[in-house]
Amino acid sequence: MILQGENILKQYHHNGGLINALDHVSFSVRKGDFVTVTGPSGSGKSTLLLSMFGLIRLSSGTITFDGKRIDNISDRHLTDVRKKSVGYILQSFALIPYLTTIQNVMIPLALEKISGKEQLKRAGEILDYVGLSDRMEHLPRELSAGQQQRVAIARSIVHRPQIIMADEPTGNLDPTLSLEILDFLRKINQENKITIMMVTHSPVASEYGTMKLHLNEGKLINS
Amino acid sequence: MTISTLVLIELWKRKSQLITGLLAITLGIAVIVAIQSVSIVSEQNVARNLDNLGANILVLPQAASIDDYYTSDIDAPTLPMDYVERILTSTIAGVDNMSPKLTRRVKVGNQSVVLTGILPKSEIASKPLWQSSGLLGAQLKTACAPSSSANESHGLEDKKLQRKAIDTLFSEDCLAGSQVAQRLKLSANSKVNIMGKEFNVVKILSETGTVDDDRIFANLKDVQTLLKLENQVSAIEIMGCCNAISQGLLGQLRNILPDTRVTTIGQIVSTQIETNQLMKKITLVMLIIIFFVGGISIGNYIWANVNERKREIGILRMMGAERSTIYKMFLLKALILGVAGGILGFILGTLAGVILGPYLAGIIVKPVYMYLLWSILLSVAISLAGSLFPTYLAAKFDPHSNLQED
Repeated sequence: MILQGENILKQYHHNGGLINALDHVSFSVRKGDFVTVTGPSGSGKSTLLLSMFGLIRLSSGTITFDGKRIDNISDRHLTDVRKKSVGYILQSFALIPYLTTIQNVMIPLALEKISGKEQLKRAGEILDYVGLSDRMEHLPRELSAGQQQRVAIARSIVHRPQIIMADEPTGNLDPTLSLEILDFLRKINQENKITIMMVTHSPVASEYGTMKLHLNEGKLINS
Repeated sequence: MTISTLVLIELWKRKSQLITGLLAITLGIAVIVAIQSVSIVSEQNVARNLDNLGANILVLPQAASIDDYYTSDIDAPTLPMDYVERILTSTIAGVDNMSPKLTRRVKVGNQSVVLTGILPKSEIASKPLWQSSGLLGAQLKTACAPSSSANESHGLEDKKLQRKAIDTLFSEDCLAGSQVAQRLKLSANSKVNIMGKEFNVVKILSETGTVDDDRIFANLKDVQTLLKLENQVSAIEIMGCCNAISQGLLGQLRNILPDTRVTTIGQIVSTQIETNQLMKKITLVMLIIIFFVGGISIGNYIWANVNERKREIGILRMMGAERSTIYKMFLLKALILGVAGGILGFILGTLAGVILGPYLAGIIVKPVYMYLLWSILLSVAISLAGSLFPTYLAAKFDPHSNLQED
């Protein structure tokens, strides 16, 4: 198993009471799985995704990544795990607006203090892989939504992570572009054996999953 | 790419914000540099003028009258010649030059003249102990900061100084002031009989418009013998460095010379001291204002930048940027702003001083390159101090809440 959650509880204070955003959720993800997390709005999908590597801290429960517990480690160590082993893709692309395509892709490598030459080589290869080798010097605003999301995908895999956490990656795209991105994610999953955990509203997107988690009011309905 | 590159790209892509951020600190540093550049030249000018006036400190016996600074040595009680040696062998800094003298009114024919015995430099030079004291200029450069040019007057270019620090004045030779020479009909190489002793007039001094024009200067030893006042002097004129005077030179002299009155050209020196102190106070006030205004301005700019880039901070934290990386991003930016503000402030301030100095203070201001270093250090300190708190908050941001700000 690459990722395991046991009895995950995340509570928020709201109007003087406690709300269970995640209510004792347990699941196991195998290496190479393409996991889709579905559920209605407010069901806790994004909370589950973001809490896996410490972007949201849990109220209780345990998370094990690659055989090691990560729910009780320091912020610094969690940051290190994210830097080396996790790639993120968000609905809003989350590109830095004043950096060019290739500079955006190089950020994870820069954070790992990889040499400039190696950064350029690897970012160039990845952009070629996602079909954007002719857009390297473009700013995000000069790219289409689909191209921006492909830059975000390139950035999420350039440092060769073990797992990609994707939060509604097709939420801002039209159906055609959505399929293009989903196909691409599947390709990454299959060719590079990178585990993907993807939150989605879309029934079409959920069909790409080799493992499906469905949440409702913070509870896991089936898996 | 590195985090530093990221900072530089961000600065370059948001130039208008950069200019706004730089403006306050640049202007602040420029004001300080301009004030300092003008005031240091002003101080040097006053110091030079004071030095050119000749002696600015007078050591007199306790009983002497000091109603008139320039005539107070005439017929004054005497003090021991040893006092000269005391000053020379002391560790007191700021004594640039010194002239012990004995002055009395004497009759030449039926005319009353003022006879002043002075110690020529050749006699001072003959005493090794005195040589090492710096009286002959060996230590002048170090004794009298800030104006190196002020000390150049000791090269005997100044006519008044020529009389106060005569190179050579042999026994039986004398110098005559222009007025007394006219009254007694003296000329160079003529003879004059004073109290039964014949003196050779080696030179008629140029008119200076001071009491010196009515004096005859002879070798101190001759005058002491003539007046039967061996090893006695009526006054010791001292050229004290202005800065040293403001830092307590008079008090130090009083400590080693008991029963004397150590006085100075009070008005001139106190004006200089007051001017120096006023400029220092203005600079200090400006410094405090600049520190707060500049710091708040930079802090405000960095805080606005932090807020504008909340989402970017969230993205970077999500991708594995540590809190220290966020600190580095914003403090590096503040450092760059500080260095740029310091350099620009120095250039602007120096230009303002050079251009406005002649109009406002009637002086020619030259760049003080040492201020470049101080400008940068001050600007960087202000910039970093102003940026610390916004940066601390940026590093503490919860990445998740900032990612959701779409």
